[in-house]
Amino acid sequence: MNEPNPTNSNLPAIDMVGVAAGAMRNFSFTVVSDVNWTVRSGEFWVLAGPQRSGKTDFLMMTGGLMAPKRGSYRFFGNEMPIFDDSRLAERLKLGFVFDGGQLFNQMTIAENVSLPLRYHSNLSREKAQEQIQALLEAVELAPLAHNTPATVGRSFQKRAGLARALTLQPEVLLLDNPLSGLDARHTLWWVGFLRQLSRGHELLGGKPLTIAATADDLRPWRGSQRRFACLSNERFLVLGNWSEVERCPEPAVQDLLHQPPPVIDRQEGI
Amino acid sequence: MLKGNPGAFDLSVTRFLRRLPAPRSFAQRVGRRLFLFLITAQGLGAFAMITLGVILKKFGTSREAILPLMRREITRAGVRLLPMFVFVGAALGLLVIGQTVSWLTRVGAIGYLGSIMVIVVVRELGPLLTAFLVLARVGTANVVELGTTRALGEVEALEAMGIDPIHYLVVPRVVGLALGVFSLTVYVILVALFSGYLWAFIQDVPLLPGDYFQQLARSLNYMDFVLLAIKTCAFGGIIAIVTCYHGLSQPLRLEEVSHATVRAVAQSVVACLLLDALFIVIYLVV
Repeated sequence: MNEPNPTNSNLPAIDMVGVAAGAMRNFSFTVVSDVNWTVRSGEFWVLAGPQRSGKTDFLMMTGGLMAPKRGSYRFFGNEMPIFDDSRLAERLKLGFVFDGGQLFNQMTIAENVSLPLRYHSNLSREKAQEQIQALLEAVELAPLAHNTPATVGRSFQKRAGLARALTLQPEVLLLDNPLSGLDARHTLWWVGFLRQLSRGHELLGGKPLTIAATADDLRPWRGSQRRFACLSNERFLVLGNWSEVERCPEPAVQDLLHQPPPVIDRQEGI
Repeated sequence: MLKGNPGAFDLSVTRFLRRLPAPRSFAQRVGRRLFLFLITAQGLGAFAMITLGVILKKFGTSREAILPLMRREITRAGVRLLPMFVFVGAALGLLVIGQTVSWLTRVGAIGYLGSIMVIVVVRELGPLLTAFLVLARVGTANVVELGTTRALGEVEALEAMGIDPIHYLVVPRVVGLALGVFSLTVYVILVALFSGYLWAFIQDVPLLPGDYFQQLARSLNYMDFVLLAIKTCAFGGIIAIVTCYHGLSQPLRLEEVSHATVRAVAQSVVACLLLDALFIVIYLVV
């Protein structure tokens, strides 16, 4: 294994060259290949693709939950995935938000959110929950903190997943389809909150967060400050900004732009 | 557990073998069984070694997160089962000791009582019965819980948070089951020995309590205590390893959890019996 590089802001957060990703359930199956993708610190990427195009598997690979099948993937200059415990600090620069939150049902929302803090900082339950109070308030979960995940709606489970990923103040945040199954109000909240995180939220000391989110509908994400890529038919297309997305002749991209029904179709410039 | 790094406990080969068409000959059947057994044994061995490595390497780390889990597992595999095991101990006393004492008295062999009690209850029945009942009560729940955890993607969530799933999910269960089986065995043995004498007393067997317990004390030596502790902890450890292995070692679908549970129970029973056979040899040697 290569020696870890110290954090260097000049190094791309994510740098993939010729990467192929396998499926989580069946690694021998390739979901996307020949990915050449560079994400610089502070960028906000939206990875769009139709359902079953392999977005989740690709994001899992990007999150270090499985190794790439081929190619080179470097995270802040270090070879990914990082398995070695001695390099845990590097691994924790990455936060992952699952579609549905993937919370532990026997714990309360507050216990779920504070779990990484308790495990990595060895804090007692009470001290950890004190520390996450501001985070719970920011994601509007403070009134539900002592509920178990099964007793709150899916949209709040997703928010708890987001809060849990932010607990250790990562530098890169990966989100798996954060807007799926949300109503317009929650969609607006997510898009707005992620924009704040991307620009630098006080919860993270004002430092801009590097974000990559998957989506199966591009329209809620329109905005000049985001960059877009598309996964379709085992291909990874780097599209660029919104105007380039609109000009892209790829049928898969056009399908994502014009699919009914609209989630929120008058939120231009969110 | 991380894909793309298939470990020795990745069960994809066994899954493939189980889904093959039925064997056409007896030799094929035996060969496939043997192959499955060897792969499973290899996987279990690797999983046990990994767990042991994590226990040694991460001993004392993340105490605030791990100790409450250990306490919960000890409560679940020990404290909460105590009433049931007191009942089982009393029943064991009735079934084995009460009858043995009265029969030995009739044939004039009451002098062998201590040795028989130590062999039957302390060395064999007490630990084995406890292990099997704990397997039924806690081991099966382990497979279902962990299988569901795996199926719902919670293991990936732990990995994404940089939390070692073996440290967080398996180690507390190994410790809890090892201590639970040990403690419950001690209670079962004590209750069985006392209740056995009580049943014998009710049957008017002419044996004074002092003589009965003196015989037991004479038949026991320090190695019985040492080996009892090792054996019961090993039973608990084996049950935890086998059940956690079947719950965690592959991304199960929810409908596969019941099959994994059945396999885990069968393999735990076989593993405990094999370990027991090993201890019989050790008892004969020491």
